[in-house]
Amino acid sequence: MKHLRSIAEIGPEAVHRLLDLTDHMVEVNRRPNPKVPALRGRTVCNLFFEDSTRTRLSFETAARRLSADVMTFTVASSSVNKGESLRDTVETVAAMGVDAFVIRHRASGVPWQVSRWTTASVVNGGDGWHAHPTQALLDAYTVRRALGRSGGLDGLRVAIVGDIRHSRVARSNVEVFGALGADVTVVAPATLLPPAPLAIGVTVTDDLDAAIEEADVLYLLRMQRERISDAVIPSLREYSARFALTPERAMRLGKHALVLHPGPMNRGVEIQVDPAELPGAMITQQVTNGVAVRMAVLFDLLAAPGATIGEAA
Amino acid sequence: MTTPSPKRVLTADDIRRALTRIAHEIIERNRGLDGIVIVGLQRGGVWLAEALGAEIERIEQLVPIGTIDVALYRDDIGIRPVTPSGPSELPVPLDGATVVLVDDVLFTGRTVRAALDALADYGRPRAVQLAVLVDRGHRELPIRPDYVGKNLPTSTSEDVAVTPDGVTIETAAALP
Repeated sequence: MKHLRSIAEIGPEAVHRLLDLTDHMVEVNRRPNPKVPALRGRTVCNLFFEDSTRTRLSFETAARRLSADVMTFTVASSSVNKGESLRDTVETVAAMGVDAFVIRHRASGVPWQVSRWTTASVVNGGDGWHAHPTQALLDAYTVRRALGRSGGLDGLRVAIVGDIRHSRVARSNVEVFGALGADVTVVAPATLLPPAPLAIGVTVTDDLDAAIEEADVLYLLRMQRERISDAVIPSLREYSARFALTPERAMRLGKHALVLHPGPMNRGVEIQVDPAELPGAMITQQVTNGVAVRMAVLFDLLAAPGATIGEAA
Repeated sequence: MTTPSPKRVLTADDIRRALTRIAHEIIERNRGLDGIVIVGLQRGGVWLAEALGAEIERIEQLVPIGTIDVALYRDDIGIRPVTPSGPSELPVPLDGATVVLVDDVLFTGRTVRAALDALADYGRPRAVQLAVLVDRGHRELPIRPDYVGKNLPTSTSEDVAVTPDGVTIETAAALP
């Protein structure tokens, strides 16, 4: 694997491999000294053109725990234009000798563009509404581990609820759970569904009350408040009434059901119960597993023969 | 092309006898089993560590058995494909313990070098000893075994395969 830009691109076999490798990284992270020398001498550069706390910190931690060197480059989205200046930035940093770029950008497709400008590996840390593959991998890993499974997730019923249309998390999760054999249902009002179908075999509904009783995994997406001005939903209150996890709906969740959220949570909007009181809430585990999954991704990319390119002259 | 058939050098019975002898040697050398932890190297050393642990238990008493994966400590990361197998699992703290590392084949010594680094991340054992079923020579590092099932002179182009059914040597034409 040279790049991790989307789940669809790497395919089910790589998904399984990365999840298995994550078991090792979880073991490393549980030690008193959670650090291994695996990627000594490699350099990972985080290029974040969009705000992020957990993803950036998670990648930084992951790289350091593998003994890689880390450069972090954070740009306010307004100060850098797309096109030429993005290319200049990438080429300048690459000239310092970078083995992997982790890139987050508000425009879809930027990771593919960047990989044409550098011989380094490219990891998509979130591009526009398009993809967020490491989030999807950590979600899948969290579910797999919570259920004590080691292989795929055949037959598992996963309901993804919220703003599917504008969510890279939703898109990547549909792909990852699909790759693992789960049955995926997306739950959203028609205005928050993408214009084209997400994938073959995905069920679409606007009835959360029906979906919730069936679900083994309930995945709540963050409701981006700025969407309200887009007039795609009439009001937050109406949205919450139909699509939030309310205390009544929480009661009707299966006893075994897991609840995931990519964070940051809008308490009172998509989630109206205290996750600390939901026995199936996996939100903290997701963050913890995120570091291990990103270690697995970086190791898989950079430990391959010939992965170190040393572009510095 | 004709492939020479693999030559069997140890049978399952030979392996069992070698493990019985090594178990006695471990007990004798350490004057008992105080603080002994048996640690199998992923992946080939794991079943051997369990078999050796069973022999020790049969002769004297139960000892803790763990496994260690050295993939993240190898010195050929980026040179050869390095694939971790099972995660490490150490049942007891290693501080002050006498660790007996167990592997199937001792060759260049680089895996053992990586294992020593990995062990150090779990604690400071009082001593580390090395038990191998087969020592095939060709060391590239100053590492020697404390307990050997069989010394087996080989050429570097040969491949030594170890399973619970026996040990075979073949010309490594099929190696990637």
